[in-house]
Amino acid sequence: MARTKARAAAAPALTAEAIRKAYRDMLLTRTIDERQWVLNRAGKAPFVIPCRGHEAAQVGWGSALRPTDFFLPYYRDLGVVVACGYTARQAMLSLFGKAEDLTSGGRQMPGHYGWRERHIITGSSPVGTQVLHAVGIAYASRLRGEDAVAATALGEGTTSQGDFHEALNWASIFKLPVLFIVENNEYAISVPQHKEMAVQDVSERALGYGMAGVTVDGNDFFACYEATFQAAERGRRGEGPTLLEFKTYRTVPHSSDDDDRAYRTREEVEEWKQKDPITRMQAHVLAEGILTKEEDEALWREVRAEVDEAIAYAEQAPYPKVEDLHRHVYGE
Amino acid sequence: MAVKNLIDGVREAMHEEMARDGRVVLLGEDVGVRGGVFRASEGLVGEFGEERVIDAPLGESGIVGVAIGMALNGLRPIAEIQFADFIHPAFNQIVSEAAKIRYRSNNDFHVPMVIRAPFGGGVHGALYHSQSVEAFFMHVPGLKIVVPSTPADAKGLLKSAVRDEDPVMFFEHKRTYRLVRGEIPDGDYTVPIGKARTVREGKDLTIFAYGLMAVFAEQAAGELEKEGISAEVIDLRTLLPLDRDAILSSIGKTHRGLVVYEANRTMGPGAEVAALIAEEALYELDAPVRRLTGPDVPAMPFNTVQEEHFMPSPEKIAHAARELLAS
Repeated sequence: MARTKARAAAAPALTAEAIRKAYRDMLLTRTIDERQWVLNRAGKAPFVIPCRGHEAAQVGWGSALRPTDFFLPYYRDLGVVVACGYTARQAMLSLFGKAEDLTSGGRQMPGHYGWRERHIITGSSPVGTQVLHAVGIAYASRLRGEDAVAATALGEGTTSQGDFHEALNWASIFKLPVLFIVENNEYAISVPQHKEMAVQDVSERALGYGMAGVTVDGNDFFACYEATFQAAERGRRGEGPTLLEFKTYRTVPHSSDDDDRAYRTREEVEEWKQKDPITRMQAHVLAEGILTKEEDEALWREVRAEVDEAIAYAEQAPYPKVEDLHRHVYGE
Repeated sequence: MAVKNLIDGVREAMHEEMARDGRVVLLGEDVGVRGGVFRASEGLVGEFGEERVIDAPLGESGIVGVAIGMALNGLRPIAEIQFADFIHPAFNQIVSEAAKIRYRSNNDFHVPMVIRAPFGGGVHGALYHSQSVEAFFMHVPGLKIVVPSTPADAKGLLKSAVRDEDPVMFFEHKRTYRLVRGEIPDGDYTVPIGKARTVREGKDLTIFAYGLMAVFAEQAAGELEKEGISAEVIDLRTLLPLDRDAILSSIGKTHRGLVVYEANRTMGPGAEVAALIAEEALYELDAPVRRLTGPDVPAMPFNTVQEEHFMPSPEKIAHAARELLAS
């Protein structure tokens, strides 16, 4: 499925331990996501932005980079930040808007990640703004002679934004180590891809910017991991940015306020559920003997317990102080 | 101390800050070998190289968005927008991103950066090379907005802006670049952001202005003095945050206020000055606060007669001051 045969050394084979961690990250991501949806429907959480179906793509790119690299996820990228160490507790603190929410102290909607210590850059809701930030971050690192890569993700809908175009152009002119990762789930909320662009693959656009473009199966963790790793290596060697397209599907509505029955058939959604990335990863770890069936069942129980604990903790956690509304407008 | 142009103050500030701090970079359209369309960055690329004096591809959102990324990763970028009229494609990056990054991350991130833009009219710049856009950004907490009106302030304020930990918009009135001359102190110095400057003291009324209008207000005050009218002139210098104390204490002294700005009248920068006086010092006033402003038309025409009609001038300021004293 790779569009551009960009030559790069293959990623070193993943250890069983690394595969187990990735599988667990995907499972934790899924479980947090499902439970947040339930909490919303129970009237306990005002807003949820789901990532269901994207877990292989997100954990794939999130785990293929180094801690010294920079991560600029978009609002659907729970799996990316989980791969970087974001916990169920943090996700639930953010969901309830509690003071201890590390990304914003309860100021931002859920899904707007940021964590300086882990090089996860704060994000907003207007789509595509972060794509330019990735370019500036990569420029700064290179100016200091560091080999850090800046990786940013976006939906295919965001490729219609001018900032996307400007960022790709900048990164390619200056040959910066930026990974532009498009998690293509075929819909910009309700608008299907054929109404968003006149090309089959987003990666075709790479040619117009003079950079490598790669399309892979976004429900295949290993394909996403490998493509990200190779693109990062090319960037570190001074060969410039890469436009990566991970073809996937969101199997639930855009947000807790959306109803996808207006714009796609149940048959189509069901078809994609059959290609579920977690089921696929589970089959792999069992077939390869990375986990036994009993160990797998224990892992699911462990993850569920972790999320239960996180909800209990976050529900009782205090809200921010009202007077703190006025803090951090400027440096204090 | 040498007498120089205002744009020399801008250039010297950038030069000295880039020499002092390797984290300072300049990016914008034509800032490299051309030295900027106004020559503000002349000579910088020769001294600091193309990696730190960056000819950006032509797109304002890109310039500001990339600068934000640089600031997030340890640099201190100065982003030049060639004309303030062209800043609008970057509005989202400035308002949604630069202004909110510290707040939305609960202080985990911040963006020390400067956005420089020449603004203002009176140079036959017509609709798209004459605009005063500062009011759009005064509505945005998280930004600081600075406008110098002397060469010494241009240098000292820009140095403060580069060293500030938050995003500073630095608007330079393009007609002041070579019209306004003055002494620039030797050596390293800064002028604090957030402090107005008393251009001249007076007792009959206060004229509040900034940029070219502060220059015109000083000229008007000179004319008024010949008529026995003692006008105080306050150069606001920082529009966000406004120097409330300077405004209120001057009103407490003169009891009459005239606010002058070249921007469109409605919701213009001086409206906030008038509102502040109304809220905090109404009983100090001997007459209602007056405004002398650009008119509420979309922008400044190219032809001489309509451009002159649009622009406040020293004569118009003096006339408005006489009317205020008579009221």
